[in-house]
Amino acid sequence: MDEPTASSRGTVRRHRLSTRLWHWLNALMLYILFTSGLGIFNAHPRLYWGHYGANYDHAWLTLDRFGAWLTLPAHYNLAMSRHWHLAAAPIFAFALLVYMLWSLANRHIGRDLAFRREELAPGHVWQDIKDHARLRFPTGEAALRYNILQKASYVGVIFVALPLVILTGLTMSPGMNAAWPWLVDLFGGRQSARSIHFIAAFALVAFFLVHILMVLLAGPINEVRSMITGRYRVPGARP
Amino acid sequence: MILNRRTLLLGATATLAGCDRIARNETFRNTLFSAENFHKWAQRSLMARDALAQEFRPDQISPVFRANGTANPNTEAYKAIWRTGFADWRLEISGLVERPLALSLAQLRAFPQREQITRHDCVEGWSAIGKWRGVPLKTVLEAARLRDSARYIVFRCADDMGGGNGYYESIDRVDAFHPQTILAHMLNDRPLSVANGAPLRLRVERHLGYKQAKYLMRIDAVDTLSGIGRGKGGFWEDHANYDWYAGI
Repeated sequence: MDEPTASSRGTVRRHRLSTRLWHWLNALMLYILFTSGLGIFNAHPRLYWGHYGANYDHAWLTLDRFGAWLTLPAHYNLAMSRHWHLAAAPIFAFALLVYMLWSLANRHIGRDLAFRREELAPGHVWQDIKDHARLRFPTGEAALRYNILQKASYVGVIFVALPLVILTGLTMSPGMNAAWPWLVDLFGGRQSARSIHFIAAFALVAFFLVHILMVLLAGPINEVRSMITGRYRVPGARP
Repeated sequence: MILNRRTLLLGATATLAGCDRIARNETFRNTLFSAENFHKWAQRSLMARDALAQEFRPDQISPVFRANGTANPNTEAYKAIWRTGFADWRLEISGLVERPLALSLAQLRAFPQREQITRHDCVEGWSAIGKWRGVPLKTVLEAARLRDSARYIVFRCADDMGGGNGYYESIDRVDAFHPQTILAHMLNDRPLSVANGAPLRLRVERHLGYKQAKYLMRIDAVDTLSGIGRGKGGFWEDHANYDWYAGI
């Protein structure tokens, strides 16, 4: 990382309390949900499309069981994996709902996440892709705003991947199928919902890996501090 | 920061082992397990008491209905009733009822029947769709004049799960009187096969597969589940910590 230049203005308030709370709660919940989810998946590591699917039916994906170093608990125990998963799931789902409402109220969505017309111009998007590929991160004022790729991934996670993983999760519950039959129809059947749940979970893992990589490249101490205390040191211009 | 595959692996294992250690703490376990109560409360609040599980068209039936759990009870008692085509088999209805009954298959078939094409969801994750025919449990409980003091219906099965523990399951009054809760003797227009629970099995359609008790022998109406098995209301609940409320 570049040394801060004399002209850099010290630290600014970057992340709101709502974002910081939700971020760390989410980190914990997604960790529990993913590892216990793999434990549940291991009970039947085959995925199908449609309403039904069992051993005699065509699976579009058949995997070996995930290793014990990835599952919660760290040995095969379907009941315990379910206890972890089903205890974390409502906390995770309601936290997202609260965060969405809170972010609407404090204008985080409108100010920081909403796409602006000029950002969507192909030239602008292309420039941003080139900057990312060259690892040229914005400095000064520009570092305080999310760039278009960042916005797209945050919006994709908050408004697409997370709701999808929650709703498909609900769809796998026979009780919820009786309560909200339209939900299972929306996803084209319980086994389709299970497949989409799996895909969405791995999309979130992909986001997580890129997210961690970006934090490491952009300066892990400054980035992590800003997510804990809210204070962010504005990176100065490159020499 | 040096992160190689080995440290990552060790880190992941250590964190998961940490979670396992927390999960052995009694208080934490109880908190974790209490999520079942939240789900039960939430689902029952969101659905009408008699909200139906989805029913399907005949062309949506699974080509093969997978059988799971016990494939054949194989006990001497079961073999004896199987040899006579279940002619000597009787379903006992006892406990908190005014009029205990012992019903033959013919008598069960003489009650008004219900047919439903529903999806069976195993706790493991797979699903199979089948067409069930049987007598609504409500009809049988009314014939036996269920007492108001009965809170749970317990299903005793012919399969021995080892150590003399028979398979059993239980449901509460809400599910016992649900229109789709039937005592099924037919699957896909044929008498139940042994693998699928002959001569009679429970269908309680808003729950996972382990609630769908096979090889029914006796139905007990009780006011509490304590004192039965290990008191958690079912074989897997007792022996593997499965949730009693299986709508999740």
